[in-house]
Amino acid sequence: MELHGWGRYPLEECRLEHLRQGEDAARFIAASETLIARGNGRAYGDAALNPALTLSMLPMDRLLAFDEQTGLLTCEAGVLLGDILRTFVPRGWLPHAVPGTRFVTVGGMIAADVHGKNHHCDGGFGASVESFTLATADGDVRECSRTQHGELFRATIGGMGLTGVILAASFRLRRIETAFVMAESLPTADLDATLALFEESSAWQYTVAWVDCMAKGASLGRSVLSRGCVMERSALPARLGESPLGWPRRNGPTVPFDAPSVLLNRATMRLGNALHYARHRALGGPRPVHLAPFFFPLDGIGAWNRLYGRRGFVQFQCVVPKAEGPAALAELLKVVAESGNGSFLAVLKLLGGQGEGMMSFPLEGYTLALDFPMRSGTLALLDALDAIAHARGGRIYLAKDAGSSGERLRQGYPNCAAFNAVRRQANGAASKFSSLLSQRLALDCAA
Amino acid sequence: MAERLVGTALVIGATSDIGREVARLLAAQGWTLQLAGRDASALAREARDIEVRSGKAPQVVEWDALEGGSLVDDLDPLPDLAVCLVGLLGDQAQSQRDAQAAARVMRTNYTAPALLLGALAERFEERGSGVLVGVASVAGDRGRAANYVYGSAKAGMTAFLSGLRSRLARRGVHVATVKPGFVRTRMTAGMDLPPLLTASPEEAARAIVSAAARRRDVVYVRPIWKLIMLLIRALPEGLFKRMSL
Repeated sequence: MELHGWGRYPLEECRLEHLRQGEDAARFIAASETLIARGNGRAYGDAALNPALTLSMLPMDRLLAFDEQTGLLTCEAGVLLGDILRTFVPRGWLPHAVPGTRFVTVGGMIAADVHGKNHHCDGGFGASVESFTLATADGDVRECSRTQHGELFRATIGGMGLTGVILAASFRLRRIETAFVMAESLPTADLDATLALFEESSAWQYTVAWVDCMAKGASLGRSVLSRGCVMERSALPARLGESPLGWPRRNGPTVPFDAPSVLLNRATMRLGNALHYARHRALGGPRPVHLAPFFFPLDGIGAWNRLYGRRGFVQFQCVVPKAEGPAALAELLKVVAESGNGSFLAVLKLLGGQGEGMMSFPLEGYTLALDFPMRSGTLALLDALDAIAHARGGRIYLAKDAGSSGERLRQGYPNCAAFNAVRRQANGAASKFSSLLSQRLALDCAA
Repeated sequence: MAERLVGTALVIGATSDIGREVARLLAAQGWTLQLAGRDASALAREARDIEVRSGKAPQVVEWDALEGGSLVDDLDPLPDLAVCLVGLLGDQAQSQRDAQAAARVMRTNYTAPALLLGALAERFEERGSGVLVGVASVAGDRGRAANYVYGSAKAGMTAFLSGLRSRLARRGVHVATVKPGFVRTRMTAGMDLPPLLTASPEEAARAIVSAAARRRDVVYVRPIWKLIMLLIRALPEGLFKRMSL
């Protein structure tokens, strides 16, 4: 059937099968020359597409064990983050890293080594993973941890599903006393002020900035930075004290159809960015905000990707080393502002450091994420942005990518060859577990 | 919304896609669960999941609709709520040719669940309380060429539940009929289903649990199905038999 990622570009005809129990994995693996596991399809581009066989892990959604003493949760790989949150937040537990959507699977969070607003303090999701089981080409299921199959463990974290099929994982949750964050939103006048505010906010657990990417000239990089820390029970105002750990069970409304592409133009982009800026500026703070809207401002609207119309959209997300940050970001934002192909959402975040995963995206520096509706000039714009990021020693986030060129992208991942050595050793051929992403970027042949 | 009762709930067909969601939803609301199904290892997996989620281990009862047997006597305690999700779509063409295949569809969708709910109803009536939820189908609203073997069994289920409901209406026992319409499950895997008419298993589970809590009589998971079936039932037979529905 026709499959796509969250950006709805590209669309590909893929054979889709569902894995219902771990025992069946070997049969699917043996039946196809190449395959890729797929979680909830929240990677933006072609990371979870393989025409030969795309194996949906969504039926693998069972919890297997939880240790109330240590907070170690063991579950199948298709369990959604949202399911974990609504089950464990009311019991006083929170995952170490929470990305920008709760509609991602545990397997997907490991495969992309996802980061949250707290990456500068706590690292990515991979850092909280103790072990996982991985089905490999020979039909074996290997238990991988830092001490057992350590290389395969490090290759699989951030490995985009290219080392095998993650069946189940054990990872740590941490104690929280409330489901609220004491949050504040601070407007900044330009890029320098934004970056200075990140530095000043380094002790805050969660930080993120929304950049007005239509702003030019002296206000280039003007942003609203929000920061927050999970509140302690004693700090919670009385009106919220009745349900300090409550979690909403229902999701919000869903966009029912594709928006006509005429709605996406410079005027609406400018308006959207200005409104966002004004709204957050008005919010001010500090004020208690529930974790759900704090972590997932976009999850309030289901299928928001349809707002970009039938042709879909692409996301550009890069990270540039801290020292290069100011210059690189100024260049990137300038190219975007001048292209007029604006982005409704531009998110800027300070990352803490390289994760353990050989192919983990984060490194110590600034990450910028931009959405662009897919139209004729979009891929050329992405290429220009890619070139800037790489010239400054940065790299592109594989979970977001839909159009980069392989040679340049691989420069950003110095462990590519080591990664493929592990893939070959575990699976005979590096390409056994491959996706349209790995094929497009020629990741499979990097030696 | 009626006051939410919480007690012991039996889910029959607990390893089905909708059954799993019903069990999870009830567990999250604080119910103590009993899970019945025919595959012991699959049941154990679902039971473990419920235990990790809720901290309460469900009672697991092996029961195969086609073998019959006295599930009711294995239950301890007698549940306050029983939801029966046993069903088999089968293949219409095969059911036409092969009497055994047709019998399997009829027994799985009508005889076995009706007898089981009937037996539970006796105990519930004796006690003077309880809620039974039977899953029928829009396919039972009118026999169609495409699936009348399945549809006829579901029609039998609909009539059985309706009669049972009426009989027990003044005896403190409520019987709810749920007609799911299309649901994205293993039963419908590979079918090209219209999105607006197709529910997720979770959505079906919410409709089932809410039908029990609010003591509703007949519920279509997506309300649009009520209208569609009203129209389909209203077509004169002379016209209906020539249509390919």
